[in-house]
Amino acid sequence: MFGLGGYETLLLEGAWLTIMVGLMSMCLAIFFGLAGALAKLSTAWPVRALAEVYTTLLRGVPELVLILLIYYGFPTLIQDIGSAMGLEFIIDFNPFIAGTCTIGIIYGAFTTEVFRGAYMAVPKGQIEAARAAGMNRALTFRRVTLPQMWRFALPGLGNVWMVLIKATALISVIQLPELMRNADIASRSTRKPFTAFFLASCIYLAITLVSMLVQKRAEAWANRGIRRA
Amino acid sequence: MKRLLTIIAAVLALAMLAAPAMAKDWKTVRVGTEGAYPPFNRVDENGQLQGFDIDIANALCKEMGVQCDFVVQDWDGLIPGLLAKKYDCIIASMSMTPERKQRVDFTDKYYQTPAKFVAAKGSNFEISKAGLKGKIVGVQGGTTHENFVTDKFGDVVDIKPYKTLDEACSDLAIGRVDLVLGDSVAFVEFLGSPDGKGYGFTGPGYTDVAYFGEGIGIAVRKENPELTEMLSKAIAAIRADGTYKTINAKYFDFDIYGD
Amino acid sequence: MFDLIAKSLPRLCDGTVVTIWLTVLSVSIGLCMAVPMSLALVAKNRMVRWPVTAFTFYFRGTPLLVQIFLIYFGSGQFRAVLDGAGLWLFFRDAYFCAVLALALNHAGYAAEILRGGIMGVAHGEIEAARACGMSGAKLYRRIIMPIAFRLAWPAYTNEVVFMLQATSLVSIVTVMDLTGQARSIASRTYAIYEMYVTAAIFYLVLVYVLLYCFRRVEKRISAHLHARATPVATA
Repeated sequence: MFGLGGYETLLLEGAWLTIMVGLMSMCLAIFFGLAGALAKLSTAWPVRALAEVYTTLLRGVPELVLILLIYYGFPTLIQDIGSAMGLEFIIDFNPFIAGTCTIGIIYGAFTTEVFRGAYMAVPKGQIEAARAAGMNRALTFRRVTLPQMWRFALPGLGNVWMVLIKATALISVIQLPELMRNADIASRSTRKPFTAFFLASCIYLAITLVSMLVQKRAEAWANRGIRRA
Repeated sequence: MKRLLTIIAAVLALAMLAAPAMAKDWKTVRVGTEGAYPPFNRVDENGQLQGFDIDIANALCKEMGVQCDFVVQDWDGLIPGLLAKKYDCIIASMSMTPERKQRVDFTDKYYQTPAKFVAAKGSNFEISKAGLKGKIVGVQGGTTHENFVTDKFGDVVDIKPYKTLDEACSDLAIGRVDLVLGDSVAFVEFLGSPDGKGYGFTGPGYTDVAYFGEGIGIAVRKENPELTEMLSKAIAAIRADGTYKTINAKYFDFDIYGD
Repeated sequence: MFDLIAKSLPRLCDGTVVTIWLTVLSVSIGLCMAVPMSLALVAKNRMVRWPVTAFTFYFRGTPLLVQIFLIYFGSGQFRAVLDGAGLWLFFRDAYFCAVLALALNHAGYAAEILRGGIMGVAHGEIEAARACGMSGAKLYRRIIMPIAFRLAWPAYTNEVVFMLQATSLVSIVTVMDLTGQARSIASRTYAIYEMYVTAAIFYLVLVYVLLYCFRRVEKRISAHLHARATPVATA
């Protein structure tokens, strides 16, 4: 219909997978981000140092290199450790899991910084009041700090999402049939690379547009009740 | 600190719960293949694998009485994938070179064809260091052909490695590269297509054992010699009983086994 | 293992030089395009603003990989047209396609970052300049742009670091940068770990050097904002 001789459905299927990978790795990234931010603010210096290494390494090395390292290197590493211990087993990460975990881990480094900034933006008075009321550290974090962190974290998280959803295109190098890879297959079969990739970019733009609208809504919700200066 | 240790222990425990080895009694054999190397292996419009390698693989599995499961993997990830145990053998027109033999074991050969250059008809490139000076040569990345061109002509030509031979041929057709080196049989589809009309073989066929090995074989991990044995026996069997000839005739009008 | 790395060093260094050049070229060309684009983004005239907004929306809303593929493989589809316009000679070269894609992408992001800087200039400064009689080009050249640059610098630093890492994608379209060389050696020797970890270390070093230079510039251009340790004596 769009000049791609029947391959349009392939692109849409790829788009669906792209969104799935994006959502799952975003959840993973948020999890790692919270963990990393807590680690960075911890009192034990080895934990802080580990978190520091995590964010520095994963933000300083190109994603393509990291994806290749993790997809091929990680299973080999675990299996080598296993055989050294006398256990013979097979770890088979299918590309979906490998890609999702990789992107989740990489962007966890970025969300760590977002959550760290959000934590420091919560007025200290709130935490003091909570402690004065007798809450211990964990309870304070869960009932007082975390709910308020979301408001400050949302813009940063929105930015990370924008970058993350485009990074999913890199998982095409490990054969996940997401949008980029399907566009590649379509371009090779129909010999119309420009058409195929242009359609793919239109789909990415649509995803971006929807994400921007959702982010606006989410920020409005998070800022409800806050008086603007 | 304690929490960190608990987490590490949990990860290791989870790792050990992973699938136990498809060990010594082979009921299912996972075959790794490229899926982008017609006529030997390709993925058709319905997502199914087709090709000479696929038919041979199915014939061998039938002969061995096991079930074949195919896994598609980009070319330069084939051997790393085998070593990472994503599949148990590679049937993807892989040459048995000395370099590769250091990492994996190979069965006996199941075919052998020379490597050749393809260029525009009438370009009359002289295949020597002087004749190719300043030219651009396309190859599939991670192949014996890339190694050959790098070593023999690397200092005078500009080498462009592509993900697949198909991409290299596409760029040849639009003039981005002057020549492409690859397996002579793998070019047949391109040369027969409308894009390949003005192109043809140029120069001699190459069969140096140091670069192209002793033919095309099946790669197996070194710790599975029994699988290598089984596959070699099966190859001999299908050659003896005529199955090989039937598959050969389906794709080529000459004997691809070589001598 | 280490002698393999030692033997590959010449090729990896060649690749690093390509990576550095790619970054320098795409950042400078992109920045040159971004300055007028950022001015267009704050223009009152819709006819000026909308095309540029569409440009930045496209280049920030689609993955860089798609943009590279579009320019490199897509230009092949239109070879006849480009031949006629005499442009095929450029698009034939993978390096040109790579720099073009990277530069356009960088321009899109840099224009938005600079726009943020321009909009962040304190209104008081602009009022004061207007009161002195400055207007139009002079106002922009003397007051707005210098301040906008200073405000945008930290965000721009991030963007340049991202560009450095983004160059690794050109290895997919046959440009032999650091990642391309590492992949090529890794597929020949099957030393996957060694090559990719070495490449990762090279990238980390490059990123740190880049960050160091940019942070020094940042300190320099915002020197007047840092509080003095000891009060300056007023005579």
